[in-house]
Amino acid sequence: MNRTLVVVGHGMVAHRLVEAVRSDDVDATWRIVVLAEEARPAYDRVGLTSYVDDWDADRLALPGSDYAGDGNVELRLGDPVVAIDRAARRVTTAAGHTQSYDALVLATGSRPFVPPVPGRDLPGCFVYRTIDDLDAIRDAVERARAGKGRPAAAVVGGGLLGLEAAKALRDMGLSPHVVEMAPRLMPLQVDEGGGGLLRRLITDLDVTVHTGTSTDAIEADRGRLCARLGNGTELDVDLLVFSAGVRPRDDLARDCGLDVGERGGVLVDATCRTSDEHILAVGECAAIEGRVYGLVAPGYSMAEVAAATLLGKQASFPGADTSTKLKLMGVDVASFGDAHATTEGALEVAFHDAVAGTYKKLVVSDDARTLLGGVLVGDAGEYNLLRPLVGNELPAEPAALIAPAGAGENAVGVEALPEAAQICSCNAVSKGAITTAIAEQGCDSVAAVKACTRAGTSCGSCVPMLGKLLAACGVEQSTALCEHFPQSRAELFEIVRATRIGTFSELIARHGTGRGCAVCKPAVASILATLGHGHILGGEQATLQDTNDHFLANLQRNGTYSVVPRVPGGEITPDKLIVLGEVAKEFGLYTKITGGQRIDLFGATVDQLPRIWRRLVDAGFESGHAYGKALRTVKSCVGSTWCRYGQQDSVGLAVELELRYRGLRSPHKLKSAVSGCQRECAEARSKDFGIIATEQGWNLYVCGNGGAVPRHADLLVSGVDTETLIRIIDRFLMFYVRTADRLQRTAAWLEELEGGLDHLREVVVDDKLGICGELEQAMAEHVSNYADEWKGVLEDPDKLARFTSFVNAPGTPDPTISFRTEREQPVPVLLGVPEVVSR
Amino acid sequence: MTVLPMSGEQTWVAVCRVEDVPRAYGVAALLEDRTQVAVFRTDDDEFYGLSNIDPFSNAAVLSRGIVGDSAGAPVVASPVYKQRFDLRTGACLDDESVHVATYPIRVADGVVHVGSP
Repeated sequence: MNRTLVVVGHGMVAHRLVEAVRSDDVDATWRIVVLAEEARPAYDRVGLTSYVDDWDADRLALPGSDYAGDGNVELRLGDPVVAIDRAARRVTTAAGHTQSYDALVLATGSRPFVPPVPGRDLPGCFVYRTIDDLDAIRDAVERARAGKGRPAAAVVGGGLLGLEAAKALRDMGLSPHVVEMAPRLMPLQVDEGGGGLLRRLITDLDVTVHTGTSTDAIEADRGRLCARLGNGTELDVDLLVFSAGVRPRDDLARDCGLDVGERGGVLVDATCRTSDEHILAVGECAAIEGRVYGLVAPGYSMAEVAAATLLGKQASFPGADTSTKLKLMGVDVASFGDAHATTEGALEVAFHDAVAGTYKKLVVSDDARTLLGGVLVGDAGEYNLLRPLVGNELPAEPAALIAPAGAGENAVGVEALPEAAQICSCNAVSKGAITTAIAEQGCDSVAAVKACTRAGTSCGSCVPMLGKLLAACGVEQSTALCEHFPQSRAELFEIVRATRIGTFSELIARHGTGRGCAVCKPAVASILATLGHGHILGGEQATLQDTNDHFLANLQRNGTYSVVPRVPGGEITPDKLIVLGEVAKEFGLYTKITGGQRIDLFGATVDQLPRIWRRLVDAGFESGHAYGKALRTVKSCVGSTWCRYGQQDSVGLAVELELRYRGLRSPHKLKSAVSGCQRECAEARSKDFGIIATEQGWNLYVCGNGGAVPRHADLLVSGVDTETLIRIIDRFLMFYVRTADRLQRTAAWLEELEGGLDHLREVVVDDKLGICGELEQAMAEHVSNYADEWKGVLEDPDKLARFTSFVNAPGTPDPTISFRTEREQPVPVLLGVPEVVSR
Repeated sequence: MTVLPMSGEQTWVAVCRVEDVPRAYGVAALLEDRTQVAVFRTDDDEFYGLSNIDPFSNAAVLSRGIVGDSAGAPVVASPVYKQRFDLRTGACLDDESVHVATYPIRVADGVVHVGSP
């Protein structure tokens, strides 16, 4: 059976629907055609404001939203559906194409609500909904800036979306006005007390707030705009953004005669079906059982329900949790349950600390035993524990739950939550689902719980709760390094640092058991190297090293090694290039350009290595540490020196960084790159630390990764000068080196770091732990102690003596190694298929 | 190379001095028939001999593995794919269907000798 499912619109909910159908439709009974208005596949609209950080639309892309490689999904972008012929079961697009369907899902989302203010269509008036909207706002800001310096802007709307727009403008360097009809900001989410504090905190951030007033007219005024407010205020601005809520886009449904809700929205039942059995609607365009939701979580629920309905399964919309927790311009705001105490007899308990800038209110039932809702402003730390308790009996006195820290231990733990409590509201995962996954499906780590239940995979705010649930279920997440050390790598690092133990044998005698192994020996060798205990082949240390570190080269499959000299920033002189070619010819080596902008020389036997290094070192090369869990390369694009678009000297910075951090031993390899402009030709955001030049300075991104599990790096600081940049990278790298697990790249380290990126920023930028001086000092010591490891071997006869194939025949090459020629270069003759193939 | 005649068919070949093999370390020795033996010395100064060929990669590299212990048994981990081999028996700890040839090692007058397998 091959039926056609047509999806109209491609926002977050439409994408979730397609994913849900594709994952459950194992026999591919549905062919899916997605017809979308926007020119780009579904992206993270909830995170739209973060687009201003780097103007990189790719970063908002939702994973898999182009359905590459899935022959059952066809995505047609930039051509919206304009009509539905229900009788013929056919839709027509703006470009005049028609598409038949067996089932149709409307996922057209919302349009921004623009109040009927005279002048609302003037040039300089914008809405705030799509990437294109933000691009247009950016252009207007740039134009105004070019004309006269600092532009002025106003936002109409002081709710959630209005404050998001204000944040975007502020991130563009403006000090916006916010105009809100209601007497307080975010009137739907917070009460009067919370709104008052919110206003103060937002005003402190250089935003001018006008509440309790309408916008009566907008007039063009000598190339600018004048907004006249109901209270008599006139705002002279360069641009004005309407961000005062949304309305469901139900026109297609109205035009073809489908039932719509009283306040708009395509009317659907709890299975997401409209009044036409062949048509469903999901997300913000749907009025499910009469109610329209402007949040993504209920939209995702509808997507799952609609997918089940399409696949003939029983599912119905479970109702929605409209709780909200967000950080607006650094201000925590959370609202959950009956935040406005509308329940009969509801009681309120509130703490308002004007000094600390926090407001916390709980709404409880008339007997003070059941939690009904609450509002948190300034610090929403308790949200994750309180929201799941809504509708349940309180585990403690209401006041104890929100009492300021220091007034007694917080009384609530995850144990107190009922099984039905929702832990992950993004993906609607209950505590019961998580504990079942732990108990019955053997999930024994946060990563396993995430993969199994999807909890924590969207906004990530519940990730700390997952760890606590694992602990509450009795899952011991062992951090022991191996059978010889009960400590984690980070704990061993602190032991070595504090005790100044300088050898593996002393460390294992005092803090471990047995003789060590291939896990703990290299890990301890790395720690000793980071802390500056001389050459990595000095004395006992040589016996700790993996073969790559031991021979300062990379073992290949035939027992030979490859040699990679450092080429800082990928910049190399013709003379040095010629030397590399000569060395390769002399020793019969295969040459290949690496992904890290340098040249790899393959096929060296252990006895050849020192002779190769001699040639290279004499020509001014040094070890590139391609063999080490250490800094590899700092790639760069050509930058402002040559490039017409370059904004800073990316090559110069890359060279400086590579020379600064070369030789730094770390839990895993470290890669970096510097791009000279936002075009990002150096692919810096796939690196452990990547730098992108802007007009104002450098943006630093951290914890990116390429490889099997790609991760775009996160913005840590923006627009900083070189000195500040290097100081923060020093701290970041040392903090990672001290606290990560063995073989844990920065991307995985950040995923597991409690508090995530915010915590990282508090530690390495704001110095909340007061350790930045120490971290900088440690890096300064590394920089001053650096010495080339190849040269260290060449200068020491004892170390040189190890570079022999055979202890009893030092001059004889390994007879099992031979080469043949392929594409004019030597390649290994393999010693037959290994006789033992066991996996 | 010095060949020491012994009783029966056992022959011994001197390959190096004791101090040529640091503790918890291995070296490779080449025999006259071009076979390669990995000679290991543990932290307890015990010497062991295994075929130098790693059976999982067929590369002659076992002598370059890290020497340590697993639950008290002396082991070397292959430098290629990290499988561990018991130095006493040649048995692979990570795949019981696999083992490598062992060679007797004798130390006499500070000289390490490899015996025929």
